[in-house]
Amino acid sequence: MMGDARPLIDALRAPETVLSLDGTGWTDLISIARAESLIGSLAHRLADVAVPEQIQPVLKDAIQAADLARRQALWEADCAGRALAPLNCNTVLMKGTAYVAADLDAGVGRSIGDLDIMVARDQLTAVEELLLDAGWEWVKPDPYDDQYYRDHMHELPPLIHRERDRMIDVHHTILPLTAGPTPNAGAMLDYAVRLDSGLYVMAPADMLLHSIAHLFADGDLAGGLRNLWDIDRLVRQFAGADELFWMELGVRAKLHQLEPHLARALRLTARLYATPVSENLSGSTNMTDHFYIRRLLARDGWGRENRKFTRQAFYIRSHWLRMPPLMLTRHLWTKWRKA
Amino acid sequence: MAGLHHLYLTVGPARFRVASTWRQPLDQLAALYKDYPASQGGYADFTVRLEPEKPWRRYIRPSVHISGDFWLPDAAPLPLSQCLLAAEMGMNLQMALGWRRHLLLHASSVEKDGKALLMTGLSGSGKSTLSAMLAEKGWRFMGDEFALLNPDTGMVHSFPRLISLKNEAIAAMQAILPDSRFGPLLTGTPKGDIRHIIPPLDAVKRMADTAKPALLLFPRFGYDPVLRDMGKSEIFVRLTQASTNYVALGETGFQALTKFVDRVPTKAMDYQSGEQAEELIDSLWSQL
Repeated sequence: MMGDARPLIDALRAPETVLSLDGTGWTDLISIARAESLIGSLAHRLADVAVPEQIQPVLKDAIQAADLARRQALWEADCAGRALAPLNCNTVLMKGTAYVAADLDAGVGRSIGDLDIMVARDQLTAVEELLLDAGWEWVKPDPYDDQYYRDHMHELPPLIHRERDRMIDVHHTILPLTAGPTPNAGAMLDYAVRLDSGLYVMAPADMLLHSIAHLFADGDLAGGLRNLWDIDRLVRQFAGADELFWMELGVRAKLHQLEPHLARALRLTARLYATPVSENLSGSTNMTDHFYIRRLLARDGWGRENRKFTRQAFYIRSHWLRMPPLMLTRHLWTKWRKA
Repeated sequence: MAGLHHLYLTVGPARFRVASTWRQPLDQLAALYKDYPASQGGYADFTVRLEPEKPWRRYIRPSVHISGDFWLPDAAPLPLSQCLLAAEMGMNLQMALGWRRHLLLHASSVEKDGKALLMTGLSGSGKSTLSAMLAEKGWRFMGDEFALLNPDTGMVHSFPRLISLKNEAIAAMQAILPDSRFGPLLTGTPKGDIRHIIPPLDAVKRMADTAKPALLLFPRFGYDPVLRDMGKSEIFVRLTQASTNYVALGETGFQALTKFVDRVPTKAMDYQSGEQAEELIDSLWSQL
């Protein structure tokens, strides 16, 4: 008991496995799912399962909360779209907002926090001005942080709307400029798909690759189970609808320098969520996959993160991946002095 | 990683699993909540966690960090001597951030003849103390922290947790209640001295009984006794501020609250003593 996040993985992958849970097992599952921000996805996934009546209200709450999150995310996207209308640039929605705007399976029950958008890099200054005019404000008025974002990051420093209290991240590409791979942001914008609202989402392969880049190259895998669940849903939906998807995916992964990342993500999602994947792209099991899985499942039945050493290792790795060593030393030194 | 002790606790419609590094808060909860329904087969709506802020703070100047299924990034830890308060705050936090089955009003409530009196106001308005006092004078205590408004039926549901008395209110209630009804005195908390009272047994036994909201008061302690009318828009706005989940409920919250404001008579009430408040309340109640 209380070992890792496996009960959540099992419930998402094979909903009928919850039928064997007792009361404590359910309470563990709910705590893990809330901690991993997957409670809404789980609740939808269990819609057709005979869930005990003691747990039905908890799942119903989660569905309603996700419905509201969806509505608020779409409204926030709409607000940003209107603020940026004078610019006539393509505004590409990203992550959760994109999934719900495009009505994808990955958006069903998904929790959505900030609004993430992507625009062409040469439009950044104009976008920034329009957003400031429309009521968004800087969250971090610290000059070092501000300059750091502008010089090295893939996004503007975060902005928050002063009335609605919602954050927006304005990206010009999908990975920090200091990271190893350099995805082709221009090609992503060119391929983006226009929605009825006039806003854009990335084309299927690019959307999946962004989710993958986000999981591996831009984080310490905290909250990775949700990210990997997005990946599972996207793969199933895109590959199921288009037999040429795998080919396209391979081509785009190469273009964006994300082939190893794609391979790893496909192996992990196949392993945890039993996602059907192309073996050509996933390659065969790698020794280090085991550490990723250990890290992804580091959550006990009380909802606590465990496996501190593993998590710490991935945290250090996340910085290592983002910056060359000398720069990392300088960065951590500056942050430490200011703390 | 250290294992956790835990207990289950049901208050009104909400089921909690409280997990803690130390036995102490759980032993205190078990004693004070002994008449409440305990485990419901292991099912719970929320898990609360009470853990050391840093591993070594389990033993050295132990401090309790409050978290759980729902948490706030900047919650300040409390010393272990205030662990009961931490547990109560942990349960409140789950309700405030996670409960969606009712509109939560930061209000105390008492019931008579199936009708509920709700009292809301800022900390120090006396809403807790008034509800505790009325509970000893023929009213059924429904809760001193949250009144749960059912959006479908418009009825108020009871959430009769321990009553949390602060500072001067402690002595006032000690004058009328036996010591056996009190929890430990917690001194020097962020809100001053705090002492909890166990609600009357009747309030616990009848915690599933709902009541129709019949009167809403905005009490204010320390002013010459008077009752004042309030505009509906003011009532509405103040209740949105007094609700922890109004925004989270979206349209449902708006519908429930507008219906409530339209239907429930409301007054602002200034008072300087419990007797004055009781008189004012009785005069209003008899005219309903």
